[in-house]
Amino acid sequence: MAALGRVSRLLLGAAAPRSLPARGMAAAAAHEEGGARMWKTLTFLVALPGVAVCMLNCYLKAQHHHERPEFVPYSHLRIRTKQKVSVEVLDHLEQLALVDFRDSEGVERLQKAIQFADQLHEVNTDGVEPMDSVLEDRCLYLREDDVTEGNCTKELLENAREKVEEYFVAPPGNIPLPKLEERETFLQGSK
Amino acid sequence: MAAAVAMAARGCGGVWRRARQRGAGQPGPGPGPFPRGQRAVACNARGGAVPAGKSGLVPWVPVVGLEIHAQISSNSKLFSGSQVQFAAPPNSLVSFFDASLPGTLPVLNRRCVEAAVMTGLALNCSINKKSLFDRKHYFYADLPAGYQITQQRVPIAVNGSLSYSLCIDNKMSQMVTKTVRIKQIQLEQDSGKSLHDDTRSQTLVDLNRAGVGLMEVVMEPDMCCGEEAAAAVRELQLILQTLGSSQAVMAEGQLRVDANVSVHHPGEPYGVRTEVKNINSIRFLAKAIDYEIQRQIEELENGGTILNETRAFDSKLGCTVPMRDKEGKQDYRFMPEPNLPPLILYDAKSLPANMNHQQVINIDWIHERLPDLPSVKRKKLVEQYGILPEHSFTLLNEDGLAEFFESVVKQTQMKPKKVIGWILKDLLSYLKQHSLTVKESPVSSFLLADLLNLLEKKEISSPAAKQVMAIKAGNQKVLNKLIGLVQKKTEGRSNPVLVKQLLEKKLSE
Repeated sequence: MAALGRVSRLLLGAAAPRSLPARGMAAAAAHEEGGARMWKTLTFLVALPGVAVCMLNCYLKAQHHHERPEFVPYSHLRIRTKQKVSVEVLDHLEQLALVDFRDSEGVERLQKAIQFADQLHEVNTDGVEPMDSVLEDRCLYLREDDVTEGNCTKELLENAREKVEEYFVAPPGNIPLPKLEERETFLQGSK
Repeated sequence: MAAAVAMAARGCGGVWRRARQRGAGQPGPGPGPFPRGQRAVACNARGGAVPAGKSGLVPWVPVVGLEIHAQISSNSKLFSGSQVQFAAPPNSLVSFFDASLPGTLPVLNRRCVEAAVMTGLALNCSINKKSLFDRKHYFYADLPAGYQITQQRVPIAVNGSLSYSLCIDNKMSQMVTKTVRIKQIQLEQDSGKSLHDDTRSQTLVDLNRAGVGLMEVVMEPDMCCGEEAAAAVRELQLILQTLGSSQAVMAEGQLRVDANVSVHHPGEPYGVRTEVKNINSIRFLAKAIDYEIQRQIEELENGGTILNETRAFDSKLGCTVPMRDKEGKQDYRFMPEPNLPPLILYDAKSLPANMNHQQVINIDWIHERLPDLPSVKRKKLVEQYGILPEHSFTLLNEDGLAEFFESVVKQTQMKPKKVIGWILKDLLSYLKQHSLTVKESPVSSFLLADLLNLLEKKEISSPAAKQVMAIKAGNQKVLNKLIGLVQKKTEGRSNPVLVKQLLEKKLSE
């Protein structure tokens, strides 16, 4: 409060001409008192009553007997299959997608994702044609057979880590992921 | 590049090490089950069992199916606007989409769709009015996106047939017509090219070919030997070239063939099949298939088993070697291509009223404008000129020969049946001897017609006419003989060099 008073005094001092310092100080003091009174009023007349009203509301609501909504055993929320994904499948996935499950948390995340997707099985899709894209009713645009692109060798090779005479350089073939036994992976332990 | 380079076969994938095509690969089992140059397998006329093998007791039935990739002849690629050209500076015909840079999307090329529809119609397929695009995932350096856009579930054309003829007993006297069923034709992207640099243990990748449109023609396993497969591919090549949908030159990689081969006893289920890749010409195709059939028969008769593997054909050794890459089944994780809606084609009945003309492909419109297929052309030649069917095959097999023949017939009074003899025996053999194409023939159709007219009017004799043709075709010995004759006439007073010059000048007119 004192600091606030000082700041307001400084401001008012700067604004008002020097010939009237005394009046400025008095005005500042008056302002200061006015600000505090306002907040005091607000607290006792608005905030505290408001809190009291809310408390009353809660008490009354709690008194009124609440009926629980009817329990519906939705099957998609009751999928209990805790089918674990086998180590062979996990190894296969690591090879295919070059993804590293890293630790049990990664595998658990995969498990949860599969369970989440399994909810779809609850829907009866007999006789329904599968939709593979929300674009399926759009028109596929056909382009005329004209040469409009190319000739940007320099730009394309700019990001290449290694290049030889305008060719991209790659290792001499796919470097195979070592077999499960030879790799250092978390999956080995879970076998 | 001075280092040994080889084209990598397409379609390999996964995280397996790829075998090299030349040099590094180990040769097949020993010197091969049969010496090269010998025709190993002869299908009988009915294309049935082959009574080969050591025991010779129970016949083996070979089964051959083909997967053919034909590069579509178009100005730009299937899903991008970069140019399609065979030889160009590396990575100069590559757009951002071909290099699979983020933020790029595929835009389908109308011409490629038309080419596929034309080919489907020519092969008696039913065209799917709604076809879908899928992604086929595998990892390789020449496939920058990590997947290839293809049509696996619902391709553009299905259930067709291809009729081809082959001659029995190599005599060209008896031709038999066979049919192979076409399972489907689909549009797909080509991959880039990998050049293997073994010395520096690296692969150089050129993406000029990445994204070029391909038509994959999948044939049912209705064939039984290399000869049938070669004849079928030759006929398909002629059809594609006639339609203009592909130039189908195997040497330039515009037509690539993979063969699936298996053997079994009649009445038993099909045997395990192997896939043979890296076949660079029709001749090698027949060889590779015959070798593989023989290898499988020998293996099974010796009590071994056939692995479901991919093998590469080594043209130098004339045998197939395992491609060590392809152990285990590939899982391509097919998924619908999310960036492309279904491809809708129309016919005269279903043509939409108020759509932009350029956005509509009308199957019937294309059907009306199909050119005469080779089989139709042959029939017309036989009917119009009274030549034998075998002759019509030879005429169409050589590029430009049929036109040459027709042009000569127009300009000469000699009967077509006699003209054909001159064309096929004399002209063609000279051209083959000197490795010339019909277009490069030193004897023009006008000249030949003239010569044959003289022959008809009996002004010159047949052997003389043959000699003139020989001279014209550049036979040096006959030219010297002429010089000798001139010398005799002038009783040695003429300058031989001058005579030679004068004669050559005369002949070049």
